[in-house]
Amino acid sequence: METLWFVLIAVLWLGYLFLEGFDFGVGMLLPVLGRDNAERRVMINTIGPVWDGNEVWLIVAIGATFAAFPGWYAALLSAAYLPLTLFLVALIGRGVAFDYRGKVESVRWRKAWDTVIIVGSWTATLCVGLLISTTVLGLPIDANGDRVGSVFAAIRLDTVVGALAFAGYALVHGAVFTALKTEGEIRERARRVALTLAPVALLPLVALLAIVAGMWAGVVVLVLAAAMWRLLKNRDGQSFALMGLAIAASVAILFGALYPNVLPSTLNDAWSLTVANTASSPYTLQVITWVAAFGTPAVLIYQGWTYWVFRKRIGVRHIPVN
Amino acid sequence: MDVLELARWQFGITTVYHFLMVPLTIGLSLLVAAMQTAWVRTGNERYYKMTKFWGKLLLINFAMGVVTGIVQEFQFGMAWSAYSRFVGDVFGAPLAMEGLVAFFVESTFLGLWIFGWDKLPKKVHLACAWAFSLATMASAYFILAANSWMQHPVGIEMHEGRPRLTSIWAVLTNNTVLAAFPHTIAGAFAVAGAFLVGIAAWHLHRKSQDEGVWRSSLKLGTWVGVVAFAALSISGDLQGKLMFEQQPMKMAAAEALCHTEQPASFSIFAIGDVSRPDCENVKSITVPALLSFLAHNDFSSEVKGIQDLVPMYQEKYGEFYPVDERLGELSGKPIDYVPALPVTYWGFRLMIGFGAISAGLGVFMLWLTRRNRTPTGWWFPALGLAGIATPFLANSFGWIFTEMGRQPFVVVPNPTGVDGVWMFTAQAVSNSAPGEILTSLIALTAVYSALAVVEFYLIRKYVRGGIPGVLPQKTDDGALAFAY
Repeated sequence: METLWFVLIAVLWLGYLFLEGFDFGVGMLLPVLGRDNAERRVMINTIGPVWDGNEVWLIVAIGATFAAFPGWYAALLSAAYLPLTLFLVALIGRGVAFDYRGKVESVRWRKAWDTVIIVGSWTATLCVGLLISTTVLGLPIDANGDRVGSVFAAIRLDTVVGALAFAGYALVHGAVFTALKTEGEIRERARRVALTLAPVALLPLVALLAIVAGMWAGVVVLVLAAAMWRLLKNRDGQSFALMGLAIAASVAILFGALYPNVLPSTLNDAWSLTVANTASSPYTLQVITWVAAFGTPAVLIYQGWTYWVFRKRIGVRHIPVN
Repeated sequence: MDVLELARWQFGITTVYHFLMVPLTIGLSLLVAAMQTAWVRTGNERYYKMTKFWGKLLLINFAMGVVTGIVQEFQFGMAWSAYSRFVGDVFGAPLAMEGLVAFFVESTFLGLWIFGWDKLPKKVHLACAWAFSLATMASAYFILAANSWMQHPVGIEMHEGRPRLTSIWAVLTNNTVLAAFPHTIAGAFAVAGAFLVGIAAWHLHRKSQDEGVWRSSLKLGTWVGVVAFAALSISGDLQGKLMFEQQPMKMAAAEALCHTEQPASFSIFAIGDVSRPDCENVKSITVPALLSFLAHNDFSSEVKGIQDLVPMYQEKYGEFYPVDERLGELSGKPIDYVPALPVTYWGFRLMIGFGAISAGLGVFMLWLTRRNRTPTGWWFPALGLAGIATPFLANSFGWIFTEMGRQPFVVVPNPTGVDGVWMFTAQAVSNSAPGEILTSLIALTAVYSALAVVEFYLIRKYVRGGIPGVLPQKTDDGALAFAY
C-alpha cells in the first residue's frame, strides 16, 4: 500500500512536470517567441484554458504527500523553507499575471505583467527542480526529520543541477508545445528555438539523471534525441509525445532510485525518511486509495476533454486587432 | 519575535486575506451560474448581460483566491511541521480529497467556462459553470471538515502517541462541520449579496444603461443577503450550542464571562477592559438569561465562567508545558488556558454586529427601491458601497474569533473523545530559524498588499465600465475574441 502511494505520488509529479512543464516553458519563452503583443497573446492563449488545471497536479501531489506520508511532507517542506517561499511568490505572481494582463488596455500594464510571467515562470521552474532533486538527493536531516544546519541546506551544486534540469526541460518542452499549438511564423520560430536550445538546455537533466542513476540517463538521452528528430521532420505532435515520454522516464528513474527512501538523510543513513517510516496508517491509505481510484480517471477524462475542446492551432489571425 | 509568534502572524494574515476572496468566489460563482441558467432557459438578454458582468468580476477575484490558496496548502508543512507530523494521518486525507475531487474540477471547468463561450454548446457551457461553482462549495466542505476536526477531533484512536484515523465518515460528518459548513456558505452568500447590491445601487444612481440589469441584480442581491442572514442566525446558534459543549472555554471567552452564572446573561456591549483577569470593573449591557438560552435552549441553565473552567482544564490537560527545548520560553511554564479576551469578546460581537448591519441594510435597500424607485441622494450608492464591506468584516471577525478562541490549543481536546488527542499551538511549529519565517512573512505580506491594490483597481475599473465593458469584442473577419 505504501509502495502504491509512492508510485502514485511519482505519477502526480509526472503529471505536473509534463503539463505545467509546457506552460512554464511558454511563460519562460514569452520574450523570445512572442515578438509583439499579438504573438504574446497567441502564446498565452495556447495555455489559457489549461494552466490552472495543470497547476492542480502540484496541489494534489503535495496534498497526497501530506495524506499518505505526513513525515515526508513535514520534513521536506520545512527544510526547503526559503526556496519554497520563492516558489510560492513566483506562482502567485504568474497566476494572477495571466488573468490580469489583458484586463487593461495599456502598454505599460501589459509589459509589467509580461515581466511577472517571464520571471515567475523561470523562478517557479527552477524551484520545482530544486525541490524534486532535493528529495531525491537528500538533506542534512536528523533523527526527528528536522533540518540540521543552514537555511540554505537545500541549495547545493547537485540540487542546482536539478533546478537547471527542469528549467531546461521546460524551456524545450514549452517550445515544442508552442510549435504544436500555433501556426505561421510563431510556429517556425518555436521549432527553431527548440532545436537550437535542446543540446544545451537538456544537458542538466541528463547530468542530474547521471548523478542519480548513472547509465540509465542514456535512455532519456535517446528519447530526447528522438523528440528533436521528429520536430526536425515537422512532426510536432510526435515530438511533444516523446518529450512526455522523456519526462516520464526521468521521473521513473529519479523516483526509482529514491525508493524505498522518500527523503534521504545526508548525515546518517539510519535517519533517512522512508516509505515505511513516514507512511500513514493502512486505513488512511485505503481511504485515499478509494478516492484516487475514482477521482483520477475522472480527472484524466475531463482534462483530456478540455485539451480536445481547445485542440485547434491558433495564430495571430485569431487575435482581434484593437 | 520568536518562531511561534511569527508563524502565527503569518498564518493569521495569509488566512484572513485568503478568506476575503473565498466567500466572494463561492457566493458569486453560484449566483453567476444561476444567472446563466436564467439566460439559457429564457433567452432574455438581460440575464446574459448579468452573467457577463458579474462573471467578469468573479474571474478577477477568483484568480486571487486560487493563488492565495496555494500558500495555505504549503504552509502546514513549511511552518507547522510538528503539527503536520502529529495530525497527518487524519488531517491530510480531507486535503488530498479537496485537491482530487474539488480543485481539479474547479480549475478545469473554470478554464472551459472562460474560453468556451464560442466553442461549446450553450448547455454544455452552462454545465461548466455549475461544475466549478459546486466544486468551490465542495472544496469548502473538505477544508472545513479538516478545520472542524481540529476544533473537535473525532473518528480516531491513539497509536504510538499520535491520533490515527479509524473512520473517515466520522470526520466528514463531524457535527462541528455539519454546523460550520452551512454557516460558512451562508456567510459567502451574504458577501455575494452585498456585493451585488452595492454595485447595482451605484449603477442605478448613475442611471447607467441597462437599468434592468441593475434592478434585477439589486433585487437578487438583497434577497440572497436576507436569506443568508436567516441561515447565518440558525446555523450560528447551532454552532454556538455545540461550542458550549465542545469548547466551553471558547464560549466563556466569547462572553468574557469570568464567573459561572445561573441563569447567565448575554453581554451586548462592554465598557472597560475585558482582559482584566478579575473582570470586576467591566460595565456591561446585558440581556438577562439570554446566554443560558443560547447555550442550552433553557433560560435558567448554568453557564461556566472562565475562573471555574481554568482549574478544570488544568486538571485534565496539565498545569505546565512539558520541559522541551523546542518550546523555547514556554518550556516548563504554566499553561495559560484563557484565550485573548479582548479579541474573542469583541470578535464575537463584531461578527454578529456586522452581520446584522449587513442584513438590515439589505432590507432597507429593498424597501428604498420598491416599485422601481431610485433614491436620488448621493447617500444611496454610498450606503450600498459601504454595505459591501460589512459581511466581509463579519466573516473575518468570525474566523478570528473561532481560531483565537481555541488557543492555547491548535487541536482542541474533545471532552467526550479519545484521551490524549490534543496539541498546544506552541508545540506545533517547525524547528525553523526565525529569519526564515520572517522572510516569508514579509514577502507574502508585501505581495498580498500589492495585489490587493491591483485587484481593487481592476474591480473598480470593470464596475465603472458597466455592461459595455464586459461584452465580447466583435471582429469583422470572424476571428475569435480570446479571453486573455
